[in-house]
Amino acid sequence: MNIKGTKTVESFHKRLGKIMWDKCGMARNEKGLQEAIVEIQQLKKEFWSDVRIPGDIDEMNPELDKAGRVADFIELGELMCKDALNRKESCGGHFREESQTEDGEAKRDDANFSYVAAWKFAGESNWELTKEELNFEIVKPSQRSYK
Amino acid sequence: MEHYNMNLTLKVWKQKNAKAQGSLETYQVKNISSEMSFLEMFDVLNEQLIAEGKEPIAFDHDCREGICGTCSMFINGRAHGPWEKNTTCQLHMRAFKDGDTIVVEPWRSQAFPVIKDLVVDRTAFDRIIQAGGYISVNTGNAQDANALPIDKKNADDSFMAAACIGCGACVATCKNGSAMLFVSAKVSQLALLPQGQPERESRVLNMVAQMDKEGFGNCTNTYACEAECPKGISIANIARLNREYLVASLSTED
Ligand code: SF4
Ligand code: FES
Repeated sequence: MNIKGTKTVESFHKRLGKIMWDKCGMARNEKGLQEAIVEIQQLKKEFWSDVRIPGDIDEMNPELDKAGRVADFIELGELMCKDALNRKESCGGHFREESQTEDGEAKRDDANFSYVAAWKFAGESNWELTKEELNFEIVKPSQRSYK
Repeated sequence: MEHYNMNLTLKVWKQKNAKAQGSLETYQVKNISSEMSFLEMFDVLNEQLIAEGKEPIAFDHDCREGICGTCSMFINGRAHGPWEKNTTCQLHMRAFKDGDTIVVEPWRSQAFPVIKDLVVDRTAFDRIIQAGGYISVNTGNAQDANALPIDKKNADDSFMAAACIGCGACVATCKNGSAMLFVSAKVSQLALLPQGQPERESRVLNMVAQMDKEGFGNCTNTYACEAECPKGISIANIARLNREYLVASLSTED
């Protein structure tokens, strides 16, 4: 509330959405994700120095409500890019352009990535990875084809 | 239909909080597309107001697809605007012409106090639902649907009543501020199905008692509610509610 900057909360939400759409969509690659992380960090700085939240603190204030959410989305967006960068295989809705079969299908790498990534907050733009291993006993994950 | 852009004059109710006095403020919006929804038009206006250093207009919204019932607005004297069986969020700007003046007010009813601008407190409806809008069932595996035959007419009538989204347009449009259409929809939906039988009598008595306690008015059969209901809830439900109430009050001991 005290920042009293020049840009609306909505404008930050839209800019974050555009970065995510362009660089952390279904198909993502190392270069794009690295750029996205830098762009989001810049956006975050700008948000915390130039956002404008009208109204008062002691009344119903939808803009303040939205600002809190967008601040969270900015952090989450950065983490999503970081996680996508870390997972070098392709898998489901996460298609790393570097990891595809000859005919353009998602290429898995179960030897290295058969885990759920849990990220622990460790300060500003910093998260620690905990791997929760996945052990498949009966059904083994394999390449999917819709052809 | 042809797409077009329009400039509009809006007169919108501004009120700081429940205690403050409110008044209509005039705003100009430009280049509004005929394909925008009424709420998107407000989004554009609010961005413009914030950029100018003014206060945006507070309004309620959630799903923006006509199912949550929060987008309450009185538009040019009609609940949810000029279109029949339609919510404000599903009202498109093609309902208006270039140069129009649109007056937007909150629901006005004693039982729905204004929180800010166009946002009203509708928790009176929640309390009515809590008073009886439930059924008791054991949790766990759902029973096979075919094991419970339901008359086609009852199933249809119940389904139609269940379409009520609790928006409150019926109350806002009623000169008596009556909540009968809402309560009748909720009572009918459950009274028509076998699952609703255990609490059938206590439900109607408790919900009507809560409705009276909240300060809603009486029904004098003006049918305004049915005309403005975005989900086309029929006043036949009110007749059913009255029957249910009569039977329940004659037969219960408490
Ligand atoms: S009966 Fe119709 S107008 Fe009344 S609350 Fe339900 S949906 Fe809204
Ligand atoms: S916003 Fe949900 S019904 Fe209009």
